[in-house]
Amino acid sequence: MINNRILDEILGQYPVKVKKNRKKHIVIKDADMDRQEIDANTRTIPGVITNRGCAYAGCKGVVLGPLKDVVHIVHGPVGCGYYAWLTRRNKAKSEDPTKNYMTYCFSTDMQESDIVFGGEKKLTRMIDEVVEVFKPEAVTISATCPVGLIGDDIGQVAKNAHAKYPEVNFTAYSCEGYKGVSQSAGHHIANNGLMQHVIGQGNMEEVPSSFTLNILGEYNIGGDGWEIKQMLEEIGYHIQTVMTGDGSYEELKNAHVSNLNLVQCHRSINYIADMLEIKYGTPWLKVNFIGIDSTIKSLRDMALYFSDQGLMERTEAYIMRELQKVETLLEPYKRICEGKTAFCFVGGSRGHHYQGLYKELGIDTILAGYEFAHRDDYEGREIIDSIKLDADSQNIPNLTVEPDVNRYRVKVSPEKMEELKEKIPLNYYEGMMRSMHEGSIIVDDLNHYETEELIRILKPDIFSSGIKDKYVVQKMGIPTKQLHNYDYSGPYAGFGGAVNFARDIAMSLASPTWNYTVPPWHSKPLLEGKILERVSDNA
Amino acid sequence: MLDCTPKEITKRSGGLINPAKTCQPLGAMYASLGIHGCLPHSHGSQGCSAYHRAHLTRHFREPVMASTSSFTEGASVFGGASNLKTAINNVFTIYNPDVMAVHTTCLSETIGDDVATIVKTAEVPEGKVIIHANTPSYQGSHVSGFSNMTRAMVHYLAEADEENKKSQINIIPGFVNPGDMREIKRLADLMGLSSIMFPDTSGVMDAPLTGHFDMYPRGGTTVKQLRDTGNSSLTLALGSYASADAAHLLEKKCRVPALVLRTPIGVKATDEFIMAMRQHSIKEVPYELELERGQLVDIMTDVHYHFHGKKVAIFGDPDIVIALTEFMLSLGMKPIHALTGTPDSTIGGPQGSFEREVKGMLEQADLQGQVKAGADLFTLHQWIKNEPVDLLIGTTYGKYIARAEDVPLVRVGFPILDRAVHSYLPIAGYKGAMRLLEMIDNALLERIERDCTDEDLELVM
Ligand code: SF4
Ligand code: SF4
Repeated sequence: MINNRILDEILGQYPVKVKKNRKKHIVIKDADMDRQEIDANTRTIPGVITNRGCAYAGCKGVVLGPLKDVVHIVHGPVGCGYYAWLTRRNKAKSEDPTKNYMTYCFSTDMQESDIVFGGEKKLTRMIDEVVEVFKPEAVTISATCPVGLIGDDIGQVAKNAHAKYPEVNFTAYSCEGYKGVSQSAGHHIANNGLMQHVIGQGNMEEVPSSFTLNILGEYNIGGDGWEIKQMLEEIGYHIQTVMTGDGSYEELKNAHVSNLNLVQCHRSINYIADMLEIKYGTPWLKVNFIGIDSTIKSLRDMALYFSDQGLMERTEAYIMRELQKVETLLEPYKRICEGKTAFCFVGGSRGHHYQGLYKELGIDTILAGYEFAHRDDYEGREIIDSIKLDADSQNIPNLTVEPDVNRYRVKVSPEKMEELKEKIPLNYYEGMMRSMHEGSIIVDDLNHYETEELIRILKPDIFSSGIKDKYVVQKMGIPTKQLHNYDYSGPYAGFGGAVNFARDIAMSLASPTWNYTVPPWHSKPLLEGKILERVSDNA
Repeated sequence: MLDCTPKEITKRSGGLINPAKTCQPLGAMYASLGIHGCLPHSHGSQGCSAYHRAHLTRHFREPVMASTSSFTEGASVFGGASNLKTAINNVFTIYNPDVMAVHTTCLSETIGDDVATIVKTAEVPEGKVIIHANTPSYQGSHVSGFSNMTRAMVHYLAEADEENKKSQINIIPGFVNPGDMREIKRLADLMGLSSIMFPDTSGVMDAPLTGHFDMYPRGGTTVKQLRDTGNSSLTLALGSYASADAAHLLEKKCRVPALVLRTPIGVKATDEFIMAMRQHSIKEVPYELELERGQLVDIMTDVHYHFHGKKVAIFGDPDIVIALTEFMLSLGMKPIHALTGTPDSTIGGPQGSFEREVKGMLEQADLQGQVKAGADLFTLHQWIKNEPVDLLIGTTYGKYIARAEDVPLVRVGFPILDRAVHSYLPIAGYKGAMRLLEMIDNALLERIERDCTDEDLELVM
């Protein structure tokens, strides 16, 4: 157990300024308190080993990258583009393989002369070459750190390109890595760009079926999105577009027609969710398809939103059938997992989403946190207005939209909306902290030193995080699970996904390889009394 | 797979499509990890450091600890000096390394931060050291980054403080795996030489599972050893791109003669490495090594009909591709495409001769081939479409081309992200050549057996 005294001891090793800062990012859950505040989305202190990445990673890497029929040009030196190439497991398939650019990386590979004289010309050449060879319908241009500094105007380059190739959609994203304080800034920048220049560009006016929806903040890691899509289609929904896992420009540009937006990862896409509501009147529903209970709840919430008898019946039938299927499958894994504890430190939503699934396996999450979330992802959206914008956040442009005169539709009457809001999380996210239990620890931007210390004290049975701390913790003899890339497994979403997850966690806990960590000569003295004993036995 | 890549090659100048190189700091970070008790520090935005750590971790499946100056917009406008000073203070207080190895990123370089001066004027705890290298990624590649950080070790630490040179030699292994570094050290041991290898990531990037996490594992070149490199009587720089600059600086600074050799991959390059050590130690090559070499040549000859005349495409880091090309030629194979992403000449970095060296070898073997430095995998794929090969040798990124063109891929070099064990076992030395040969041979034979008819499936091959 961690209490404030132990916490103070841990933080006491820090220089004074660091201690003061970090203290505000760590909360011990006190169920008696109405609300506990945590500091989030503020700068990481230089020199402190963090897991965080940059705005570019959030923009190109997370939000834009999965759009498969779009050529994503990274304008900058080679590295930034290279690292975001195929490393995130956002799977995608296309009927026409020549319209799937997932396996390609486009970097302007800026050289010294481009830094000195500007890189716009090289970027323009890259655009010409790409349009000629790849014939894409859409192109994104993402800027990395040096670009903003040398003053390349990528927005203008995109405009010029559009004038030259009017049939191609060009968008430019000034997501230089120094903007904001983490990937989060990049999510926002990408949301703005897609909203301004892509969504609504299609000419669909009528909704294809009354149960048409978009899935937002689902990136199809390990095939999660496919699992969700299949489930929803079977129940009778029509998915217009997924943002952005296995997503496409083709579908995304008509996202305005849908009757509901589902939000899986709140952090990375809530800006678009809000703007779609204002511009087109489409409400959004916070869902979570990780974990069986959460999946069931999400399915029921959706059915309630549409309040259609057939839909509700099909939902219940589906739930019943799947529950039966997975119950026996889960049993052997649960036996292995029961009574164990976990740390769950991931991104901007999974630190919350996986807690329920862990619980279903009998695993208690004793520490959780996010790498780049905001306070609302911890405390709930009601506190958004009370967040003071610091200089870093103010630097990210805030896009404001107006209701679209032609396309705004009231999807649900205001009275019905109020009634629904009482029952389901419409346009609302309650955050991570509310559902966590007394005494559990919530840490924002968990760093290396704290990881080591908290593990030493809390000794979790499984540590779920990312690639950078996985092997650190494994060296300590503790099983790990990467929840960014699933250790190359998945899908983990939905009913079938829960079984996959249970299998993988049980496997990590039960792997016989752990038995060999300590060599036998460490646990046996060099000189044993055995021989003597035998002598005396014989005597 | 890669369905948009046309066979017809057109001239491009807008940048890279599917790069075969990455940026300097990654190499600098890897080199830094080869110093015992060192924490690499990335002076720039935290995104770069996150990417470099993640990518190194994917290849080695080991913790890669590194800190960052975490630039925000303010630092980008006003310079990063105060970020770096804060970082230095925090790093030594919280993580207590012996050495902090600072490298720059594109951002801090574009701003023009004077890291040398900041480092010089920083408050460093007693007995601790900071070194730094400039590693802008709008020059060179990860290989130049490795070279620049290795050079920084010499610049900051090497001292000629003994009157006479010691008989010991320095070995700079280049950007190779810890398994190769171990093997190269073993060869020097067998030759009876006392040696200082730097950087040396063995014991760091292949640390054992013990139930404890050591932020600074046992391996790595110590600061004391790095200082002592100035007293050695010879430096063997293995691979001109990754190692030559540091060796030349050591020659200039401490008068340690430098000898630049190929990375000892394959029989010929290993022979040259052994011969150089023999010359220095004036000692005959021990039977143990002669045995290893003899065994290798025995195998090469026994099954030459498996690979003789097979066409192969090789890509990767220049030192590695040069050595591999030579080995393929000594097997009687035809390396008709050789490509590296690292440019041949870099401002402020190593001056290489990849194209000249590889073309020279091909000419000698009377072979026509495509050879290019600073090129990308889009180009390599087009070459292969125009001139198909039987085998592709390179990094994990080759697997997409391998699938598109249905050629077997042997994974060699950096990075290998989809297989394990590779970083522990050598491809260097005679034993390493044996291992390479086994991989190549198996890949070719497995392909034949996959494709052949039932009646052609042979018991003995
Ligand atoms: S900004 Fe430069 S150093 Fe950083 S990842 Fe990109 S290329 Fe590498
Ligand atoms: S911080 Fe800047 S330079 Fe580094 S990876 Fe991000 S965009 Fe690239």
